[in-house]
Amino acid sequence: MTILNRRGASKEARDELQNTSKSARAVAYVALTTFVLLTIFPIWFMIRTALSTTRSLPSDPLSLAPVDFTLGALNRVLGLASSAEAIAEGGSGQSLNFFQYFANSAISTTGATISQVFFSAAAAYAFGVLRWRGRDAIFFVFLFALTVPGIFLVLPNYLLARELGLLNTLAGVMLPHMLMAPFAVFFLRQVFLGTNMSIVEAAIIDGANHVRIFFQIVVPLASAQVMTVFVLQYIAIWNDYLWPFYIGAGAEESKTLTVALGVFRSQTPQGSPDWAGLMAGSLIAALPMLLLMILFGRKIVGSIQNSGVKG
Amino acid sequence: MSQKAAALRQRKRRKTDFAPALLFMFPAILGLSIFVLAPGLRGVYLSFTEYNVFQDPKFIGLDNYERALQDPLVWNALWVTLQYVAINIGFQTVFALILAVLMHRFTRSVLIRGVLLVPFLISNVIVALVWYWLLDFNLGYVNALIDLISLDRMPFFGEDTAMPTIAMINVWRHLGYTALLIFAGLQTIPKDVYEAAQVDGAGEIRTFFGITLPLLRPVMAFILVLTVTGSFQIFETIAVTTGGGPINVTRTFSILITERAWNSYQFGYASAISILLMLILITVAIVQMRLLRGNESDLSR
Repeated sequence: MTILNRRGASKEARDELQNTSKSARAVAYVALTTFVLLTIFPIWFMIRTALSTTRSLPSDPLSLAPVDFTLGALNRVLGLASSAEAIAEGGSGQSLNFFQYFANSAISTTGATISQVFFSAAAAYAFGVLRWRGRDAIFFVFLFALTVPGIFLVLPNYLLARELGLLNTLAGVMLPHMLMAPFAVFFLRQVFLGTNMSIVEAAIIDGANHVRIFFQIVVPLASAQVMTVFVLQYIAIWNDYLWPFYIGAGAEESKTLTVALGVFRSQTPQGSPDWAGLMAGSLIAALPMLLLMILFGRKIVGSIQNSGVKG
Repeated sequence: MSQKAAALRQRKRRKTDFAPALLFMFPAILGLSIFVLAPGLRGVYLSFTEYNVFQDPKFIGLDNYERALQDPLVWNALWVTLQYVAINIGFQTVFALILAVLMHRFTRSVLIRGVLLVPFLISNVIVALVWYWLLDFNLGYVNALIDLISLDRMPFFGEDTAMPTIAMINVWRHLGYTALLIFAGLQTIPKDVYEAAQVDGAGEIRTFFGITLPLLRPVMAFILVLTVTGSFQIFETIAVTTGGGPINVTRTFSILITERAWNSYQFGYASAISILLMLILITVAIVQMRLLRGNESDLSR
């Protein structure tokens, strides 16, 4: 398909667009600006709505600033407002406890990611640095696992969690992530393959064992890429919905932020949802990721950029 | 050659690192076995059974598959999922390509790349909720704008519109990410190829179709396989907005599978549908790699 397009378009293009340098530049900047604005606007609108009063929203739907500014919606979803106050502002009055959900998300994501990256790095060391027979065959199984669709594994894993008594527990939400992620193993193996083997060999001659070489040489040398995997996996697990929904939606102790938001939305009455509350909850759930971007933006951009091509 | 090095070489030839390797990979192998391989096999087994969680699974051979192939909802799922994939991947790929070329040619700003990446960092659920609000029929910003220019309000989650809307919402979320991957691919194209084109007097657009796109093919193949397989599994955006409706227009494979499993406790039947989905995914991936010759590069020719 691409080849046909190329042939067709290039002939026309030859005559018409020989020398478009200046106008092309103008068009390009307009296009880029449009892309950036279209990206930012919905995020700003989420913030704007979170800081508005639900009852006043219909009065000024086109306003770019908060309508009838209030921190009420944020207080409401954080459980800081009484239900009378909540109803007065257009909330539903149901008790919400985003503090709890936030803690659930933070604990499960942090715990699962640290554990996952650690064990994945260890496995990557076995596949990328150590030499042994059958290495590539076993690594291939991890590669294969990378291609198995999530929806296919959710059913049997749910049954497993159920049999282990892990339904509606935070442990159940975390467990499948804790020992490895095929992507993390794959990515870190690629990185460790590039380790300078003469340093490793020198350490062996000096009598260092592999545990020491792993902790003191290989991982420190690749610390930037290990951080990259950590950040990417943190984002993925924080944003996960399908698994935590079926495992943890049933109890307050195991409900993560994304799950709570999904449930919050489905419970709001059809006619007039508490939009400010919904957006306030969304903002709280998105905030850590926005902060991560502000703090490590350059690194995240770099790592995603490199995750595809070098793999 | 020093004696030390010779001794090491000999040691390496004889000794393999199998014992430490076992230690290092044991947790990951355990995780892979418990949460991927065993459930995978169990999923295959369940697809041949009738299983409602409360009683033991009953082996029924190929009945689930036979039933699935006659189930109008399965065919509907195939049809609406394909609609989603076509709209989502079509727009996403074209826009991302444009965006990537723009970034490559006109700006080196990491800030711009960072801003464009933000939607990808926000969860599907939040993105869906924010757009559900923006596109709300009564109060949403977009319909207020449409009202302002005195056109008819648009039901963005109606029978004809829900699927395109949902597909475009996810284009919004993935655009920056896909563009960044393509951008990285663009940077691997050697500069002298472009210089040669310039010397030959090729214009901007001709250079793009004649040089950039063909040389980008392996990267595009990789990205397409990645995004298409992801796209087929669309779940969150629909689960928190339309939930499969109106009627069945957004009842994709993932939605149908979870409904069969958790709403009507047909875990066997749901497993069979999910295996059909997996077979479709494998086929699509293989066909894509063949068509796009994803493992060859024109640069090496």
